[in-house]
Amino acid sequence: MQNIDDSLVIGGKALSGRLFIGTGKYGDDALIPQIAEASGAQVITIALRRVDLSNSRGNVLQRVPEYMQLLPNTSGARNAEEAVRLARLAKAAGAGDWIKIEVISDTRRLLPDGYETAKATEILAKEGFTVLPYMNPDLYVARALANAGAAAVMPLAAPIGSNRGLSTREMIAVLIEEIKLPVIVDAGLGRPSQACEAMEMGAAACLVNTAIATARDPVKMGAAFGEAVRAGRGAYLAGLGRVLEAGAEASSPENGALTGFLNKTAP
Amino acid sequence: MYTAMEDGFYPELMRIQAMDIDAALQAADKTAVQAALAKPVLDEEDLLILLSPAAENFLEETARRSQAETLRNFGRSMQLFTPLYLANYCTNRCVYCGFSTKRRIRRRMLTLEEVAAEAETISATGLRKILALTGDDPKRTGALYLAGCVRVLAGYFSSVGVETPAMTVEEYRLQVDAGADSMTMFQETYNRERYAVLHPGGPKKNFFFRLDAPQRALMGGMRGVNLGPLLGLADWRGDVLATASHARWLMDRYPDAEISVSLPRMRPHTEGGEAAFKPAEVDNLHFVQILTALRCYLPQAGITLSTREPAWLRDKLAPLGVTRVSAGVCTAVGGHTDTGAESVAEQTEDKPQFDISDERSVDEMARDLLRIGYQPVFADWLIGGPADAALTGSIAGSLGNPALSPDIQPV
Repeated sequence: MQNIDDSLVIGGKALSGRLFIGTGKYGDDALIPQIAEASGAQVITIALRRVDLSNSRGNVLQRVPEYMQLLPNTSGARNAEEAVRLARLAKAAGAGDWIKIEVISDTRRLLPDGYETAKATEILAKEGFTVLPYMNPDLYVARALANAGAAAVMPLAAPIGSNRGLSTREMIAVLIEEIKLPVIVDAGLGRPSQACEAMEMGAAACLVNTAIATARDPVKMGAAFGEAVRAGRGAYLAGLGRVLEAGAEASSPENGALTGFLNKTAP
Repeated sequence: MYTAMEDGFYPELMRIQAMDIDAALQAADKTAVQAALAKPVLDEEDLLILLSPAAENFLEETARRSQAETLRNFGRSMQLFTPLYLANYCTNRCVYCGFSTKRRIRRRMLTLEEVAAEAETISATGLRKILALTGDDPKRTGALYLAGCVRVLAGYFSSVGVETPAMTVEEYRLQVDAGADSMTMFQETYNRERYAVLHPGGPKKNFFFRLDAPQRALMGGMRGVNLGPLLGLADWRGDVLATASHARWLMDRYPDAEISVSLPRMRPHTEGGEAAFKPAEVDNLHFVQILTALRCYLPQAGITLSTREPAWLRDKLAPLGVTRVSAGVCTAVGGHTDTGAESVAEQTEDKPQFDISDERSVDEMARDLLRIGYQPVFADWLIGGPADAALTGSIAGSLGNPALSPDIQPV
């Protein structure tokens, strides 16, 4: 169990679970409550474009357990204006005031548009939304988002859906050091070990959707990611040992192997 | 007389069609197929290799990659939609079509009230994505008629697509302003000579005006366009290559647009065209080859599977790379409401455009998708739909209230 003092606070809300999950790619939405429970996730993101409150068939929102924090996202938005419109629709529909800004204007690369994301973040933060923008791990974009009132930043580990892991490791490390907001690693995490590594680095949380949803057993994979995130967080809090770039270092080095000659008199 | 746009797809099509496709297909061997399948990103030569006779022995491998790419990009979900036939007046003489002007069938067009009634019936099934279709009769069912219908449909559906004769940029913009977000345009065949034979009369005769239409739709503000060849009209390899190239060409120029592809396949015995017309058969093996090769070449493109395919085959094809299927389909005008005990399509005088093969209702389709491990998705867009209109007071989705929509009154 996570230490109770180690909760993640976003928008004034304390979260004990540091895994965020999605809703978009499951073969049956009925899996959502099981995955939520198995993974220990407390935050769940949901594409507003798929929420249809008027539908007599019901909608995916009804699958989300009540205890979870809903994080509606603006998937499909191609510019700030569409993202803002979707966010306002979310609020009007009673989906709360958390919003994950996703602005993507390249349907093949699926990389977030930093400029439009910052514009949308500024507008929505001023309107009182708790804004979590999805972004490329770029220091200046992150600062712009922080200045615009973001509650956290969500840099991508690798292109969305790619399962390629922490391709942007170095840049995420920069954000973790420089940005005072929670850094939530989003997109591209394909294995629990990669999520674990992100947490060891000091990420505040991880969001995982594709890797769980497209696993042979999504519930078990959800549980595995939950454990990995907890383990990584635990390691971060415990303080990792120093890592050597190359070679090895004996625990008790022989004293003077390299510099001992200094103590001897010249021949 | 319209000629091809200078910055349009035609020069690229000429480049592709100048390639020695037969030689490339002959040269493709086992090694080439394996090499193509191992590449992270496929180019058009790889696509040709996957369409070659040699690749028929690697269908399972191609399908595996196709499925993996699809899962990665779309997950285990399947969008549902249904076409709505607004009118079947037509001035074209496409030799393969049940709506051809030469056919003696009952012609009609829905009034706006009838459109609303159809929309109400369809939306009660839970569908939120609709594709509005008309025949080609600019005087009766041109852009203004369509825009009026779209405006009504936007009051019921979160996504409205149009599949109509080719229009101008301004006419597409009219549809966007009325609430449409995508257009479907089947080139039928990219082979100009064959196209001329198949389309001897009517506005559709102009190959170039049709070829450039998807680009004009994007210039008019559509979010997405859906392309397709009508398989069975000409050499399928040439048409699949051209369709795939057209899609990628549009993606290069309009990176924010959603470009998708449909694969309608003519069925030799049930098509509605002239008696003398016999489509070339594309058998199931080749159809799977086309679907999976296209997916490998276009990992992010939506792929639609038509109700021309029978239910059992759709269930088998769905997991290979399909992202969108139609359900509850009726291809007769007014067929969703105008029923009584008997479907209009079944009456002798009211012929549908073509006979559908998968007659599953929306409920049955949703149930069967879940059974094969796919979550049916009913809504996949919001802006321009009823919820958006209610919040923003936008024109689209205002249920045809003229007071709210002064900009789409006839000029």
